[in-house]
Amino acid sequence: MNLTLKIWRQKNATSKGKFVTYKVSDISSNSSFLEMMDVLNESLVLKGDDPVAFDHDCREGICGACSMYINGRPHGPDKAVTTCQLHMRRFNDGDTIVIEPWRARPFPVLKDLIVDRSAFDKIIQAGGYVSVNTGGVPDANAIPISKVNADLSMDAAACIGCGACVAACKNASAMLFVSAKVSQFALLPQGRTEAAERVQAMVAEMDNQGFGNCTNTGACEAECPKEISISNIARMNREFLSARICAPKVKEGSGGGI
Amino acid sequence: MAELNSRIPKGPLADKWTEYKAHTNLVNPANKRRLEIIVVGTGLAGASAAASLAELGFKVKNYCYQDSPRRAHSIAAQGGINAAKNYQNDGDSVYRLFYDTIKGGDYRAREANVYRLAEVSNNIIDQCVAQGVPFAREYGGLLDNRSFGGAQVSRTFYARGQTGQQLLLGAYSALSRQIKKGNVEMFTRHEMLDVVLVEGRARGIVVRNLVTGSIERHAAHAVVLATGGYGNVFFLSTNAMGSNATAVWKAHKRGAFFGNPCFTQIHPTCIPVHGDFQSKLTLMSESLRNDGRIWVPKKKEDAEKIRHGKLLPTQIAEEDRDYYLERRYPAFGNLVPRDVASRAAKERCDAGFGVGETGLAVYLDFSDAINRLGKSTIEARYGNLFQMYEKIVDENPYKTPMMIYPAVHYTMGGLWVDYELMTTVPGLFAIGEANFSDHGANRLGASALMQGLADGYFVLPYTIQNYLSDQIRVPKFSSDLPEFVKTENEARERLQKLMNVKGKQTVDSFHKRLGLIMWNNVGMGRNEEGLKKAITEIAELRKEFWLDVKIPGEANEINPELEKAGRVADFLELGELMARDALNRNESCGGHFREEFQTPEGEALRNDNEYMYAAAWEFTGENNEPKLNREVLDYEFVEVKQRNYK
Amino acid sequence: MAFKYSSVTKKVVMALAGLFLITFLIVHLSINLLLLFDDSRELFNLAAHFMATNPVIQVFQIVLFGGFILHILVGLILQIQNWMARPTRYKVEGYSHTSFFSKFMIHTGGVILAFLVIHLINFFFKAKFGEMPEVMINGELYEDMGILVIEKFRELPVVVMYVVWLLFLGFHLDHAFHSALQSLGLNHSKYTPAAFGISRALAILIAGGFILIPVVIFIAQ
Ligand SMILES: Cc1cc2nc3c(=O)[nH]c(=O)nc-3n(C[C@H](O)[C@H](O)[C@H](O)COP(=O)(O)OP(=O)(O)OC[C@H]3O[C@@H](n4cnc5c(N)ncnc54)[C@H](O)[C@@H]3O)c2cc1C
Ligand code: HEM
Ligand code: FES
Repeated sequence: MNLTLKIWRQKNATSKGKFVTYKVSDISSNSSFLEMMDVLNESLVLKGDDPVAFDHDCREGICGACSMYINGRPHGPDKAVTTCQLHMRRFNDGDTIVIEPWRARPFPVLKDLIVDRSAFDKIIQAGGYVSVNTGGVPDANAIPISKVNADLSMDAAACIGCGACVAACKNASAMLFVSAKVSQFALLPQGRTEAAERVQAMVAEMDNQGFGNCTNTGACEAECPKEISISNIARMNREFLSARICAPKVKEGSGGGI
Repeated sequence: MAELNSRIPKGPLADKWTEYKAHTNLVNPANKRRLEIIVVGTGLAGASAAASLAELGFKVKNYCYQDSPRRAHSIAAQGGINAAKNYQNDGDSVYRLFYDTIKGGDYRAREANVYRLAEVSNNIIDQCVAQGVPFAREYGGLLDNRSFGGAQVSRTFYARGQTGQQLLLGAYSALSRQIKKGNVEMFTRHEMLDVVLVEGRARGIVVRNLVTGSIERHAAHAVVLATGGYGNVFFLSTNAMGSNATAVWKAHKRGAFFGNPCFTQIHPTCIPVHGDFQSKLTLMSESLRNDGRIWVPKKKEDAEKIRHGKLLPTQIAEEDRDYYLERRYPAFGNLVPRDVASRAAKERCDAGFGVGETGLAVYLDFSDAINRLGKSTIEARYGNLFQMYEKIVDENPYKTPMMIYPAVHYTMGGLWVDYELMTTVPGLFAIGEANFSDHGANRLGASALMQGLADGYFVLPYTIQNYLSDQIRVPKFSSDLPEFVKTENEARERLQKLMNVKGKQTVDSFHKRLGLIMWNNVGMGRNEEGLKKAITEIAELRKEFWLDVKIPGEANEINPELEKAGRVADFLELGELMARDALNRNESCGGHFREEFQTPEGEALRNDNEYMYAAAWEFTGENNEPKLNREVLDYEFVEVKQRNYK
Repeated sequence: MAFKYSSVTKKVVMALAGLFLITFLIVHLSINLLLLFDDSRELFNLAAHFMATNPVIQVFQIVLFGGFILHILVGLILQIQNWMARPTRYKVEGYSHTSFFSKFMIHTGGVILAFLVIHLINFFFKAKFGEMPEVMINGELYEDMGILVIEKFRELPVVVMYVVWLLFLGFHLDHAFHSALQSLGLNHSKYTPAAFGISRALAILIAGGFILIPVVIFIAQ
């Protein structure tokens, strides 16, 4: 198939970018979207042009590196896929495809389609863990966990941290990402111990990074490649409220250390 | 030059690790704060090590080439992780896990290491559960297990089809906690280009900041490499696009011996290749073999028709199907180890029974399991894998059998390390897939995750202290020492040299050609002629690469082509060593199958008298032949037998 | 100052204020509907009188104003932050599947606010501070709020304006009730699907009910 691509090109974080139009031809409908990009890049390199830079690694939908905003939707038109899992059979011969980077203040563009998503790491660092050191933990079967909760926890934990939720949200809100981590732990007895501190710390860091607020539009859920539910956002709100209202005031440094 | 001393503690097998821990030297808390450790890699091995070392009080610097530590390639592991918990009461034990691993590795692994691995396997599960890893559970609330190839017990713990992801996120969370506390300094989008030796000890690394392109020097008291495997030598593999050998290869060139480079695992259940444009292969978890049955048509005519789209697999009658694994290996059936399953698939396809457009595929059929257990059970077990398959191949595996074919997946070889996980360069450690480790000539499913976490959480944090205990008087290093400056310059010159070639061919085109040479000659079936051919062809390709590679852009910016070029340049050297090692090993064992050495039934034929050793290759200079050192494997505790899965 | 409260807190405030406004709308609507069922306007005028004089209601009137102001202020702050969170917009955007009106809360809210001012001038401030016609009910003199309303709704432009306004109120409400529950963390796998239905039903009933009044009065004249 032959395609017209309109791709955001930006040399580096400080330069101004623009859309550049490219034509690619003889693309197999069996190839993946990124393989189509490879073909484009190969031809650019041979011409001596700078190839389009984009993040990718596993190419099987799990590392969360790939991140293209394709025709108005993060990861393109298919449901529940990442960009690397999108296949060209989804498009028609002669289509024009507009490819943009994730857009959000906390995700500045570094080059072309590559953005800096370290804001997500910062949020996890604020409390996305159970504070246990290596060793000295109880036997794995010491605490039974209801299968329902274990499964719900796993649903939330499936997040790959790609940022499609932020990219899709009209407010560039990170609530789905943050709530997925909060929920994963809130549903497990191991995570309950610090649930109150965790949710407050993570929400605070999320705000601090400059993400938008949640208007409950549901765009995040619709675009999440792992189909993480916005019920996690409700759970986080619940956790947050109960933490704010019920949790005792803890002096800085007097414990927890989350 | 360095001595090949495996430093295995004396005493009975089951006591070695306990004894070691009891007597090893430790570093006291006040001194730990003064000691810095570089950990390269944030996969299961790297992240768990960095977090655990920081928890102990060491100052850790941690590196990865991705934008976040959470994206290390371990994230892609699907199936599960082994442990000798015996929660299923099916007769499992530390010894049995040890034994299965040794046997699965075709008796080419070090007993003491493997036993230690089996011993700490249980702690890993405890640790991960405490971190909040949502493993699969049964209705009673206790942990569930599944079976994997090469074992007769159910000892594999899993989190849907995303076990690696969940374990890595567990380690990443522990790492994040230490970053927040300031005990770990994290460097993402940094690629290690070389290791720096000062007075014979590893004292730092040279890295390239992949965003600014600047070359940086980082110093520490010890350096740990956890940079994963080098399967990407083959171009097409199940590894992530960025997986590379640069760190271990540079370490090798600085004096670390390379162990068993030819031991490559070809995984039996991957989605078959379907075009020239293809950039990587996708694994379908081995767990599928629990319920899927592998077959090809019994009649060549049927296979022929299927290849031409004139017949559908579902139209082939039961009696016309050849369930060749069940036929050949009735005891293990579809659950034979990977090397055996892969070779059997290749054998059928080479004999003309293969299916799919290319004839390089076999069926993995779930219709029996769906009839027996119901679609919903199969969906609960493998739903996401089926979905993944359908997305790629555009066929519904609930209705028509999956097509699979073997693909490069894992490298058992890696930097040679002693019992303490230290390479032949003092102060340079290697953990996880990066070392040659515990899997011998073939790794059993679900044991790489186990090894990575064992190394990082429970082994290295002890053994590294034995090395560091006499380093406490060594003051903090300056990265301005002449050794650092020199290594940095060398790295910079190499990049400049690459940029200056300004040839006509793309990096990928070289990589693809290398991959083809490797796959055809150093892949599933190897022979002397092919290997010799490969050695010369790789050398020629390497020469051509340095004369004609084309890299656009500049070195001082984000430049993915330059990154790839550096990696491919190293693969072009490592590939040759793999072929040499394969040529040297005149026997078949595990994943290494030399066509000259097989039993009349086509099984691997070992030569224990001459080759019961780990090959540790020594770099002797740019254009010199590498030198082979041997670590003779002493099987004190298990009886060495011909592997038999019949 | 309000910037320093967390995003979740602000949303909770938004939701509580919004739910409170919905309650008010229901009360308001019930009273207004009296106009349609009682041609003498007696019931309506009595209710209006009660609302205007009862001390508890007086207190609530202030709370109501507070609620409005809070809802509007916090809504604005949230919106400004949301705009700031995406300084560069997409070239092609908005193809994700979302609850439709959720994307336009600030716009529908803005329309509501604009008309609200006119509405207050028309009725509320008149009643509070202006000259009012009076009417005798059961031997006592009451302000005839009813006639004020009926006279206004005999003019076509006013009716059209109100219908448009109330449609926008309906649009706002379509994403209001269930969204508020979600913001408050009130979510349940069994009941949440119903919340969407309730939300839409509320939007239709409230907006529809209010629209009925000017339309019926206009047609009946
Ligand atoms: C598709 C797939 C499925 C698998 N499934 C299973 C399974 O079910 N069970 C099982 O036990 N095993 C499985 N394996 C094997 C297992 O996942 C790997 O062996 C294991 O995760 C390797 O972990 P690691 O920590 O050693 O390396 P990796 O996870 O590969 O991490 C390497 C790290 O090193 C960094 N790095 C590499 N090079 C450089 C450099 N030059 N400079 C700086 N940083 C660098 C990377 O950024 C990364 O952080 C699977 C493997 C694959 C490919
Ligand atoms: C009677 C009138 C009103 C009612 C009943 C009402 C009700 C609600 C409710 C229930 C919500 C959902 C809150 C949540 O998601 O948690 C909401 C959201 C909102 N309202 Fe109103 N509202 C009214 C008037 C207004 C006005 C006058 C404005 C003017 C600016 C406004 C602006 C908003 C905005 C911007 C939101 C979305 C906030 C966000 O989620 O980011 N509303 N409203
Ligand atoms: S490249 Fe890993 S998710 Fe797409």
